[in-house]
Amino acid sequence: MSGLHIENISMRFDLPNGSSVQALKDVSLELKQGELMSVLGPSGCGKTTLLNILAGFLAPTEGQTRMNGHVVTGPDAERGMVFQQGALFEWMSVRENVSFGPRMAGQKPSQYMDNVDHLLDVVGLQEFKEKAIYELSGGMQQRVALARCLANDPDVILMDEPLGALDALTREKMQGLVLKLWKETGKTIILITHSVEEALLLGERLIVMAPRPGRIHKEYRLPFADLGVGADLREVKKHPEFGERREEILSMIWDMEEEIMGRQEAS
Amino acid sequence: MELFSDLAGELGNILATLAAAVPFILGYVLLILLLLVVWKAVKRGLTPRRDFGSLKTVTFGDESAVNSNFAASVISVVLIFVLWGAFTGSKLLPGFMHAPGAYTGESSFTYTAMAEDGSTDDATVSVIIHAVGEDVDAPEMPLGDGFAKDDTMVVAAYRSELMRWDDNDEITRDDGAMITAVNGTPIEAGSPVAVDFGEVSLTGRGTLNVTPATGWQMEPIWLPPPEDVWSRLMEISTEGFRNSTLGEHLGYSLFRVIVGFVIGAMVGIPLGYAMGLSDWFRGWFDPIVEFMRPVPPLALIPLVIIWAGIGEEGKIILLFLAALWIMAIGARSGVSGVRISKVHAAYSLGASKWQIMRHVIIPNSLPEIFTAARVAMGVCWGTVVAAELVAAEKGAGMMIMTASKFQNTDIVIMGIILIGVIGFGIDMLMRQAEKWLVPWKGKG
Repeated sequence: MSGLHIENISMRFDLPNGSSVQALKDVSLELKQGELMSVLGPSGCGKTTLLNILAGFLAPTEGQTRMNGHVVTGPDAERGMVFQQGALFEWMSVRENVSFGPRMAGQKPSQYMDNVDHLLDVVGLQEFKEKAIYELSGGMQQRVALARCLANDPDVILMDEPLGALDALTREKMQGLVLKLWKETGKTIILITHSVEEALLLGERLIVMAPRPGRIHKEYRLPFADLGVGADLREVKKHPEFGERREEILSMIWDMEEEIMGRQEAS
Repeated sequence: MELFSDLAGELGNILATLAAAVPFILGYVLLILLLLVVWKAVKRGLTPRRDFGSLKTVTFGDESAVNSNFAASVISVVLIFVLWGAFTGSKLLPGFMHAPGAYTGESSFTYTAMAEDGSTDDATVSVIIHAVGEDVDAPEMPLGDGFAKDDTMVVAAYRSELMRWDDNDEITRDDGAMITAVNGTPIEAGSPVAVDFGEVSLTGRGTLNVTPATGWQMEPIWLPPPEDVWSRLMEISTEGFRNSTLGEHLGYSLFRVIVGFVIGAMVGIPLGYAMGLSDWFRGWFDPIVEFMRPVPPLALIPLVIIWAGIGEEGKIILLFLAALWIMAIGARSGVSGVRISKVHAAYSLGASKWQIMRHVIIPNSLPEIFTAARVAMGVCWGTVVAAELVAAEKGAGMMIMTASKFQNTDIVIMGIILIGVIGFGIDMLMRQAEKWLVPWKGKG
C-alpha cells in the first residue's frame, strides 16, 4: 500500500488557562505517489499543524497517518521538509548543506557526490556550491533548501510556505522550478501557502481548510499544474478557469476571515 | 537616619569636587571642539574623497554615517601624552610646552624683627630651592649686622620648611623678639606674605614657614613623566622586580587567566548544554547559576583565600568560578537559541540525536559561546589583577600593589598600562578568533 493516508486526524491541546484548542478536527486525506497537493486557508486553520503532524513533529490526539503502509510516529528521511526560511545550516557551505542527508546516512562522498552535483545543476547553483549560505540571496537559499531535500530522496516532500518570503519575481521563477522538479522526480508534494494564485498553480489537488476547528472545507482538482510544467506561468494565469477559481476561493476565504472577525468582536 | 545624613555629607563632598573639576572638563571639551574646527578646515583644503558616506546629506541621526574619525583618535591619544608630559615637565617635550613648574634656584626675602623694647632690625634669608632628590648643603654666609642676623636655608621643591630665624640672632623669641614684617609687608599668623619664590607664613609659635611655589606640574611621586615610566619599563624588563622578571609577573597572571578560563569553559560549556537540552538539568542548576552569576568574583576572594590560600590553586579556583557561570549561561542560550526549523529539518533529513548535536546544536551555539568567552576572558583578567592586588607572590597586580607601597609611582603606572594593553590584546585576539572560527555569526 503506497502513498500517504491521513486517517481521521484530530488535534486538541490544553491551554495553561484551562481551556483547550481544537486545532484540527477529523481530517482525512489520501495521497497517491506523485501527487501534487496545495493547502490553502485563513490563518489559524491548522495548515501548519497538519503539516507538522505529517512530518512527525507532532502526534495527533486522534487518528493516524500511514506512510507506505506503516504508521508515522516521528520524523523520518522518507518525508522531507522545506521550510519558509532559516532552516539551512549557515556553518556549512552550499554543497555541505545539500549533501547533509546522505552524509548523515553514512554514505561516502563517492556515493552521493554525483547526485549532489546534479541537483546543484538542476537548481542552478553549480557555481555557488562552495559559497557560505549567508552569501546567497533569499531565492538562492530556498533553492538550496529544495536541493537539500531532494538529495535525501524522500517519498513525500512537505513544504511550509517555502516561497512566502521571496519577492514576486523570484517567487514566480521558483514556482516554475517546483513544478519542474515535481514532474522530473515524481515526488508526492504537499505545499502550504497563503497565496491563492500559488495554490492554484502548484496543486493538482487544492485543499481549502476552514478554521475553528481546523477542517477540510473544500477540495478541487485542477489542471493548472500540468499546464504549467515547462510553460510560462503567466500564460497559465490567463486561462479563463484560473480567474474564476481564484475569485471563488478568494471570496470563500474572505468569508471565513469575516466570520472569525465577527466572532471575535461579538465575544 | 545617621546613615542618610552621613551619605548626604559624602555626596556634598563629591559634588564639590565635581564642581571644582567643571572648568577643566569644559576646557577639555572646548579643546576638542576647537580641534574639530581646525580639522574641518584642514580637510576642506585636502582633495575631497567622494565615497558613498561623504555623499550622504543626512548624517545627524544616521548611525551608519558615524564612523570613528581616525584623526580624532590619533589627536586624542597624542594629546594625552602631551598633557602628561606638559604637567610632569617631561624632557621629551620642548620647554615652552611645559606647564609652569615648581620654583627652583636661589632667592631671598627679608624679615623685620622687633625686640621687646620696640627696636627693630632687618635680616635677609637666602633660600636655595632644589629639585626633589638632590642633596644641597646650605653655604656659609656672612651674618650681617644688627641684632637680627642673616640666615640661609635649603628647601626641596614641593616641600615647605620651618625657618627658626632667631637661632643665630642676638635677641631671640625667648627674649621677646618677634617678626612684624616680611619684605616690608606686615605679617601675622594665618595671613601669609607672597615672595618671589612662593610664600612665607608665620606660625603660631612665631617661626616662619617657607613654602616655594609648586607651579602647575605634578610631583614625580604623584605622576612621573612618560620617559621615567619608559625607562622603568626597560629596567624592570631586564632586571626584574622583586626577584621576578617582568615576563614572569605578566606570564603568571596570563597563566592563571588561561588555566582558570579553560577549566571554567570545560565545565561551564557542558553544563550549559545540559541546561539547554534537559528540563531536569535546567531546573536543577537554574537556582545555582542564577544565584552565583550576580555574585562578583571579587567578593569570593576572601573565601577563596581562606579555603585555598594565596597560591596558584586559590587564584585558579577564583578564575574558574569567574568563567564558569558566564560560559554556562552562554552555552545555555546558544543551545536555546537554535531555530526549531533547523532541528526539524535535520530530523527530516534522517539525522540521529547525536548527529543533530554534533552538526546542528554545537555549531549553532558557537557564536554565543564565543561572545561568552570574550566576556569571560575580560572578567578573568580583571579578577586576576584584583586577586593579585590582595595577595600574591608574583603577578601584574602584585607588582603594582607592592610598588605603590614603596611609592614607586612609575612602576604603578607602567603596570596599569601593561595590564590595559594585555586586556586589550586578549579582546582583539578573541575577536580575531571569532571572525576566523565562526564566520556565520549574526548571519543566521
